[in-house]
Amino acid sequence: MSGGALREPWHSLRRQREAASFGMWLFLASEALLFGGLILAFIATRWFHPAAFAAAGREADIVYGTANTLLLLTSSLTMAVGAQAARAELPRLAGRALGLTLALGLAFLCLKGLEWRADLAKGLWPGPGFALEQPAARIAFAFYWLLTGLHGLHLLGGLSAIAWLAGQAVLGRRPWRSPAFEAAALYWHLIDVVWMFLYPLLYLDGRAA
Amino acid sequence: MSELAAGRVRPAEGPAEPWPDNYLTAEQGLGSWLLTTDHKRIALLYMATLLAFFVIGGFGAVMIRLELFTPEQDLMTADAYNRMFTLHGTVMVWFFLVPSIPNTLGNFLLPLMIGARDLAFPRVNLLSWYLFVGAGLLLVVALVAGGVDTGWTFYTPFSTMFSNGYVLLAALAVILAGFSSIATGLNFIATVHLLRAPGMHWFRLPLLVWALYGTSVVMVLATPVLAASLLLIVAERAFGLPVFDPAQGGDPLLFQHLFWFYSHPAVYIMILPSFGVISEIVTCFARRRIFGYTFMVYAILWIAVVGFLVWGHHMFVSGQSLFTSLVFSFLSFVIAVPSAIKVFNWTFTLYRGQITFEAPMLYALGFIGLFTLGGLTGLFLAAIPIDVHVTDTYFVVAHFHFIMVGGAVTALYGGLSFWWPKITGRLYPEGWARFAAILMFFGFAFTFFPMFVMGFAGMPRRYAAYPPEFQIWHVMSSCGAVLLAAAYLLPMAYLTFSLFRGARATDDPWDATGLEWRTASPPPRGNFGVLPVVAEGPYLYHPEAEGPHHSEREPHQNQGGNL
Ligand SMILES: [Cu+2]
Repeated sequence: MSGGALREPWHSLRRQREAASFGMWLFLASEALLFGGLILAFIATRWFHPAAFAAAGREADIVYGTANTLLLLTSSLTMAVGAQAARAELPRLAGRALGLTLALGLAFLCLKGLEWRADLAKGLWPGPGFALEQPAARIAFAFYWLLTGLHGLHLLGGLSAIAWLAGQAVLGRRPWRSPAFEAAALYWHLIDVVWMFLYPLLYLDGRAA
Repeated sequence: MSELAAGRVRPAEGPAEPWPDNYLTAEQGLGSWLLTTDHKRIALLYMATLLAFFVIGGFGAVMIRLELFTPEQDLMTADAYNRMFTLHGTVMVWFFLVPSIPNTLGNFLLPLMIGARDLAFPRVNLLSWYLFVGAGLLLVVALVAGGVDTGWTFYTPFSTMFSNGYVLLAALAVILAGFSSIATGLNFIATVHLLRAPGMHWFRLPLLVWALYGTSVVMVLATPVLAASLLLIVAERAFGLPVFDPAQGGDPLLFQHLFWFYSHPAVYIMILPSFGVISEIVTCFARRRIFGYTFMVYAILWIAVVGFLVWGHHMFVSGQSLFTSLVFSFLSFVIAVPSAIKVFNWTFTLYRGQITFEAPMLYALGFIGLFTLGGLTGLFLAAIPIDVHVTDTYFVVAHFHFIMVGGAVTALYGGLSFWWPKITGRLYPEGWARFAAILMFFGFAFTFFPMFVMGFAGMPRRYAAYPPEFQIWHVMSSCGAVLLAAAYLLPMAYLTFSLFRGARATDDPWDATGLEWRTASPPPRGNFGVLPVVAEGPYLYHPEAEGPHHSEREPHQNQGGNL
């Protein structure tokens, strides 16, 4: 069945499409609990040490963080356009939108890399020579590195999946109406939503006063 | 051979290859197995892998029982003993019990039982097996390199700051195995939602399907939290990110909360599928419709949901507030209710049934007895005063082995015997199978019942040496373990024997209901020639007007025949 979007064990593309997004929603529920567990641990520890976590939040680089938030939000828009265009079999539009999504995602990762380098230079790795005094600020930054790192890995995974799917479609090995584009879009939106939680927790804490 | 048993054998048709078109013979060669997307073949791949881990974990158990034969610490050092019970625990929990029934019987039967040609995502199914194998190899590397000494629970701050074992590798292995569980879980859920045959309404689903569905929900929602908690350990050990370090203000108890948020529901991942298997077997060999089908369904869902709300009962002595403990204690009593409903309903299914004692039924009856004991002692542990008394004693060890070994493993053996003719197309020697089932029950009780007694008397778990007054109980337990080991090995022997010498089974050797019996044994690659259409509920063993009214007893048929 080369070239066809229909796969075993499905009898209709409509049902298969339903399954692809249903399966992805289930996976997203799972991912939500993965990040949820970590964020819960963050909030629980912050409860005990509000001052140290606020101090840590003030140290995080809000310029990079905000720029990245805007990039990621925009990429969700382009991804949504890309998935819909793919489903409507508009190859030019789909290709451009997906390409733009890839570019925005890569830009996010580049900015993130620069930010991490600046963080290291400021002594924000919770090892010897850590910049902040409060011991619990080390825990706050432990969470910072873990959460942004894990989010970055997810983003890298999302980028690879989109690049692979779009590449296949451009080469004609995968029909544009394959349900995989919608599934990939759902996953991409999750990465965006997770960031919407990480941004206030990691960057905005302690800035109001 | 009795008449009943004779009806199961397929009359010989000729000397040539007996089954030209089935999933085992449809394709040949190693590649056709390693790259297969057939759920039935993947089930067999899982079976082989799990057998290997069962042997490794069993080896750990044997070493533990050997060491405990005498009060002195003579066979291994205390450190080696720690590593041995950690090996036993991690391997048995994550690499045997969690995937045991779902990934073998479940993988094989779920599409067959709902009338589908495969799982919703066949390639995700294969991926899940590869993830599992990768995780298993990682764990084996950790064990061979020197092992882990934290116990299967990886408690902080020991695991993060003090342990000198291969905690990092083991934690990564468990995380990876978790993603394999998640893949299986979401595949099962999507399959049940979207691939049921025409007419297969939700309330016509066999209870095994419901049980697998409930299990999958728990797998998808609980496993990621385990990954989160272990990731925090990995972060601390590998990168020095001090999340649980008390010196920095971190809270080691936080780990326990996250860990048990997964690991209590994991108990239901291990036991729910067995509930399903037992429901199938009991109805078939009692020739009765299941008593209270809808109650059984809601009990499964109740367990799946409330299972998420009881984790704190593992932390009664951790210093959490008394109020918290009271809430968790109450909820732990609440979750015993649906399990009790299930036992009650199985018993009532037996009532006035025309029971025959084939091997699967003997396993199932053994399950009901052992599970009831395990469940009731769970109530002891849910009561805070008793739990404080028996925390970290052999009472706890006995309790969870009654559920997870006496329950889940017995059910696995029962299910294997029940569906073996469907999976392989062969019949095993019935007499040996019955002997193994009975031996398993007594061997198990002999091994683990003494642990209740010594645990209540104060014998702590996880020590290689102990005061001499406990020796009598330990010797009983170790002797029982020999019987139990024999009972576990025996089916491996007779099932293997049946592959080569077993009589050929008919398509429906037990006269069972269920779509899986409406196709050939072994099934063809696509499961069914023409996809079935369902017009009636499950377990119609006494269709209207065909069976006797309950007020007039029908004479029993051939009780079990002759051995
Ligand atoms: Cu529990």
